[in-house]
This record gives sequence, structure tokens and C-alpha cells, in this order.
Amino acid sequence: MSLWRYANPAEFMRVSGRALPVLWALTAACLAIGLGWGFFVAPDDYQQGATVKILFIHVPAALMAINAWLMMLVASLIWLVRRHHVSALAARAAAPVGATMTVIALVTGAIWGQPMWGTWWAWDPRLTAFFILFVFYLGYIALWEAVDEPDKAADLTSVLCLVGSVFALLSRYAVFFWSQGLHQGPSLSLDRTENVDNAFYWPLLVSIAGFVLLFLSLVLLRTRTEIRARRLRALQEIEARA
Amino acid sequence: MSAGAAVLGRELRLALRSGGGAGLGLAFFLITVLLVPFGVGPEPEKLATVAVGTLWIAALLACLLSLDRLFQADQEDGTLDILALSPLPLETLVALKAAAHWLTTGLPLVAAAPLLGITLNLPAPAFPWLVASLAVGTPGLSFLGAIGAALTIGIRRGGLLLSLLVLPLYIPSLIFGASAATAAAEGRDPGPAILLLAGLTLGIVALAPFVGAAAIRLNLR
Repeated sequence: MSLWRYANPAEFMRVSGRALPVLWALTAACLAIGLGWGFFVAPDDYQQGATVKILFIHVPAALMAINAWLMMLVASLIWLVRRHHVSALAARAAAPVGATMTVIALVTGAIWGQPMWGTWWAWDPRLTAFFILFVFYLGYIALWEAVDEPDKAADLTSVLCLVGSVFALLSRYAVFFWSQGLHQGPSLSLDRTENVDNAFYWPLLVSIAGFVLLFLSLVLLRTRTEIRARRLRALQEIEARA
Repeated sequence: MSAGAAVLGRELRLALRSGGGAGLGLAFFLITVLLVPFGVGPEPEKLATVAVGTLWIAALLACLLSLDRLFQADQEDGTLDILALSPLPLETLVALKAAAHWLTTGLPLVAAAPLLGITLNLPAPAFPWLVASLAVGTPGLSFLGAIGAALTIGIRRGGLLLSLLVLPLYIPSLIFGASAATAAAEGRDPGPAILLLAGLTLGIVALAPFVGAAAIRLNLR
């Protein structure tokens, strides 16, 4: 009984098919509770007023934008080392979701920044790092689209993902060398030494859980689609040969 | 060793003889810099503030120009298969090709940069540091470009994809290189930036051949 059992596509399809409805239900519940609590129950900030509530979308989306890349990195490594096809397809499935999360973080940040900082966009280190991350997502997706052979595409995008991870991290620290920021310092952690107020902490935690579940559900769904597309392709090739 | 010298000699001869396009990168560099005053305006003070950034960005783009043929031309006529089967390690081949790319593209840019700096009214104290930052930074650009070129060997019309893959990797080099020259222009100490750039380039030169060779092996499989 090991984790690698689920690397078998048939096994993966069976388990994920059963898990998805539960995951969707949990996602909907967490998002409804987290966002509803955040938007309607949590108090306004004493300085920022009601605009602070965009926090409940902005922070989880930003977290998932980075975590989606990390997941792709792990999946790419698994593909390169153990050559499980489900892993490569999961990395491919996660990329557009991660890119979308990056866009959500950037857009909600702009909407929040306009009233608070007086500008839609500033070349603040964190904003810039997210912009760079978005470009890495674009390159990764474009390389998947450009290579015809599925296995070769998986190999090359995995290599790109490894290189991109190093350089996304390097760029992040290089950007701090280059410009001072408008963003506040870290103010959220699970061990709660340095944190936002309780009134924001709990609904924020629930919406983060909601976004994690949303990401999981979307990636599982998209991986299932990729597996089916792969099967379809294999069938078409067999038919073309016959 | 002699095999390595033969490959390097071949690369340089191919680039320098007619149709090799070694001068193209330099010409592209000149034209890009020529275009900037038309976009920004001819005022010397304004040009002085954008001079460092312009020269660095023009250098990045010029480096990119000839990358898409780095391995593709050899792959199309089968040379790459022969080179891959030869006793020369693929990592050495990637390093030599990237080095040849730098010698024919990066080095002329370093030499031309001070001349173009004059036309952009680059502040006098920045000249040596601009040249130094380009000299230290451009080898890294060629070696990173080799990774991108190795990843896109089999893709027809991969040039645009190549720039999408490679340009984001150039960001750290650009940041450190441009801030070294800018610091010198503003009378601050350019030391930290140039040392970070040197470290970055050394890291890239050491590791990129392995990544590039891995990508070529995957492409030839």
C-alpha cells in the first residue's frame, strides 16, 4: 500500500472520480463560509474601511499562485525521476490554474492598491515578482503547447520548470535589491507570533482553505481531462494505423 | 581537448564567414539604441537617465537574436547527432557553443557599448562600470540562451517561444548589471552589484551546460 498506487492512470481515475464531488462540496462550503464571514461579518478596518475585505481573495490567491508552481515543480521531479504519466499531466493541468491565481492576485491587488496606495500599479518588489512569476507560467504553458510528442513535451517542460523555479526565486531576491516596496511585512503565520487581528485571521484561514480545495479540485478535474485526451489520442492513432 | 578546439573553431568559422550573421547582433544593438532617442526625446538629461537601461536591454535583445539557430541548424542537417555520438561530452559541446555565441555576439556588444554610451549622454563615471557590467554579465546571457535553444530545438518557428522562455531568465542579470552602472553614474558604490552579477554569471556558466545537455538528450531520444 503506497502512494505510487495512484500513479496508475486507471487507479487515479477511479479514486479521483470518487473524491471530486466531496472536494467540490468542501470547496463550496469553505469559500461560502470564509468569504461570507469575511465580507459580511468581519469588521471594517479602522484605517482602510471596507476595502480591507479584498484581503480575503487577494491573500489566498497569491498563496496559491506560488504553491501551484511548487506543486508543478514536485510533479515535474516525480515525472523526471519515476516517469509516472499522471504526474506530468498533473503538472500540465496545474499551470493554467496557477497562472489564473497569479492574475487574480495582481488584479485584486490593483483594485486594493488604487484607494490605499493611490495607484493601480507600482514597481513594488512583490508586485514585480508576481508579474515575473506570471511570465514563467506563460512560458511553461507555451512550451507544452509547442511540442507535439507528449513524452518529449513532458520532459522539456519539466526541465523548464526546474530552471524556472531557480530563476523565479533568484528574481524575487534580485528584485528586492532593485527597489523598495509599498507592501507591508509578513503578518500572517500559523504559529501566530505575528498576525493580523483575530477578526480577520479566522475568516482568512477559512478562505485560504477554500482556495486550496478549489485548486485541488480544479487540478484533479483538469488532470482527468488530460488523461482522457491522452486516451483519445492513443485510440485515434490505433485507428489511423488500422 | 583537440576535439573541443575543433568544435570551437568550427563554430567561430561558421559565425564569421559570410552568411554566419556574427555582425547581425551588433547591428541590431546599434539600431535599437538609435531608436531610443526618437521614442524618449533628444534632451541630453533625459537620455542620461535612460542610457544604462537602454544599453543593457538592447544587449539582452541582441543576444537573443541568433540563439534560435544555435542547435537547430546542426539538428536539421544531422550534425548534432554526430556530435552527440562523438566522444566529446554533450555538456562540453553546449559550453563551447555558448562560448562561441558569446565571442561572436556578446563581446562585440561590450566593445560597442561605450561608443553608444556617448550618443546617449551616459554620465562619465559610469563608462568603465557599464563596460565591466556588460563584460561580466553577457557570458551568462549566452549560457542561459543555450538552455532555451536546447529546449526549443525541435520546434519550427521556435524563435518567439525562445524569447518567451529566455527573457524572464535574464531578469536577475539585468537587475544587477544595470544597477552596477547606475550606481556608478549616481556616485554610489557599484561594487556589491557587480560582485553579485559576477557570482550569478559564474553560477550560470557552471550549471547551464548540464541543463542544456540534458535538454538536447531529451530532444534526440
